[in-house]
Amino acid sequence: MFKAIYNWIDERLDITPMWRDVADHEVPEHVNPAHHFSAFVYCFGGLTFFITVIQILSGMFLTMYYVPDIINAYASVDYLQHKVAFGAIVRGMHHWGASLVIVMMFLHTLRVFFTGAYKHPREMNWVVGMLIFFVMLGLGFTGYLLPWDNKAYFATQVGIQIAESVPYIGPFIAELLRGGDIVGAQTLTRFFAIHVFFLPGALLALLAVHFIMIRRQGISGPL
Amino acid sequence: MAQHSNDSKEKVVYVGDSRVKKSGRRPNIPPDYSAFPGKSEAFVPNFLLKEWMVGVVVLVGFLVLVVSHPAPLGYPADPNNTSFIPMPDWYFLFLYQFLKMPYVSGDYVVLGTVGVPLIMFGALLCAPFLDRGPERRFYKRPIASTLMFLAIISCVYLTYVAWDHYQDQLEEMGIVPEHIQREQEARRAAERGESPQKPGGAEEKQIAIVDANDPITSVIQANCLACHGSDYQGNGPVPALAGVGDKFSKEELADIVTNGRGQMPAFGDRLSAEEIDQIAEWLAKQKAATE
Ligand code: HEC
Ligand code: HEM
Repeated sequence: MFKAIYNWIDERLDITPMWRDVADHEVPEHVNPAHHFSAFVYCFGGLTFFITVIQILSGMFLTMYYVPDIINAYASVDYLQHKVAFGAIVRGMHHWGASLVIVMMFLHTLRVFFTGAYKHPREMNWVVGMLIFFVMLGLGFTGYLLPWDNKAYFATQVGIQIAESVPYIGPFIAELLRGGDIVGAQTLTRFFAIHVFFLPGALLALLAVHFIMIRRQGISGPL
Repeated sequence: MAQHSNDSKEKVVYVGDSRVKKSGRRPNIPPDYSAFPGKSEAFVPNFLLKEWMVGVVVLVGFLVLVVSHPAPLGYPADPNNTSFIPMPDWYFLFLYQFLKMPYVSGDYVVLGTVGVPLIMFGALLCAPFLDRGPERRFYKRPIASTLMFLAIISCVYLTYVAWDHYQDQLEEMGIVPEHIQREQEARRAAERGESPQKPGGAEEKQIAIVDANDPITSVIQANCLACHGSDYQGNGPVPALAGVGDKFSKEELADIVTNGRGQMPAFGDRLSAEEIDQIAEWLAKQKAATE
């Protein structure tokens, strides 16, 4: 049955080469934690991706209840946290996942750094990785405002003030983020759009480039 | 195009008018890994299964955290709140603390917001072009590794100092972080058998003020409304004054104002006994029912 469906599709699209390429690329012994326990450090990249997937899924469910305006944002989060079935779990996953993904990404970066895996020929992948790093920090910063409680509000206010102190372009950046002179209704909708559309889009594009490069170059050899 | 492909004399036959070849497709069977050096194995399913086992350990730990620690939520943002201590999320603390250091703040803030971060993150971004030797082992790259170790230690240290300072500040000012306060409040309400306080509930049940033009209200406005809300309707954790007459008698109100209660300061030494008496009298009149 499945085989028939697979063949039907394969005959039209010739998917075997693509799928076999992903499935069959060999994983060498030195990165396999089943053979060398210390090779678990090579799992951090995959774990970062795993948590990223959790973030995307839990975030999709959060937007079913979240309302990005200053009157309802807090109330909708509160409702989700206290009234919706499993709402506290979904919000908890997104909240703690945001921290965990940073931890995992940090560990992955250190693994790559200390195994010297960023060296020739993988320079470009390191640079892409750093861009992913900044996008992740941006996601953390913009997401922090969304519950619209005092903690969110004042942290964002300070963050934007810091950005504002950059010479020349600072006031421009601050204006762009705030959408006005104060952190208010405009800021919330902007941060929502950045957090939910702009940065995830950039993240997915960068991740695709990251993975294609890894696939192309293979994992770095044993030390 | 289609005509060409249907011509059976052509060497390559395509599927319909597509560019997919009709024959000579690759068989869907994995290669044999015996030819690879070491104990190599296929990514799917062999290796992915092992990585998934590591993932499950992480997932279980993660879910235990999620279930045991609900995500925090404080009180609704109030831009006029002047006593709130701003705190970024933990992974920004090192930067936040760094910017408080002399030489990178005040007159030198440009050094702090642009100079040092640009060099640090710039160096990290360009690491492959700065550290170009062929050696990969970290102990054979002493400069790169030392710099990285120093950077990690500084970040950990700065984060620790920022957090420690925040805890001190909380203690000094007698502040309980809002999300904790809110949970406590909800628990106490539940113990009293009330339904948990509605967030930002002011809009939902506005109790009208009785005798709003009584001369004593000017004293109340001056002394009390900074905390109790300019419209008497309360402010976050501070209860509303509108409708207190339903909860307390005049004597009880005079006692609360004179001696304070919980986070509520005592006014016994700041207001005269007569003023307190008038305040209590006025507050006692604030009943929702009198409308
Ligand atoms: C520093 C902020 C602050 C100021 C100023 C303040 N209060 Fe309060 N007040 C509170 C807090 C906080 C509570 C809740 C105390 C508790 O139960 O822990 C409270 C509680 C009360 C209550 C009891 C209300 C209830 O429903 O439990 C009354 C009555 C009251 N305040 C009257 C006054 C009056 C009158 C003044 C001015 C003379 C005043 N307050 C000034 C913070 C303040
Ligand atoms: C969302 C964030 C990221 C994800 C999901 C991710 C995922 C991965 C995965 C799955 C691998 C395969 C090897 C492994 O698992 O260790 C990998 C390799 C790599 N990553 Fe990332 N990564 C992320 C961020 C970063 C960052 C921040 C950097 C560094 C600045 C980086 C640099 C690299 C490099 C250079 C490699 C190749 C390593 C080698 O061949 O040994 N990545 N990444």
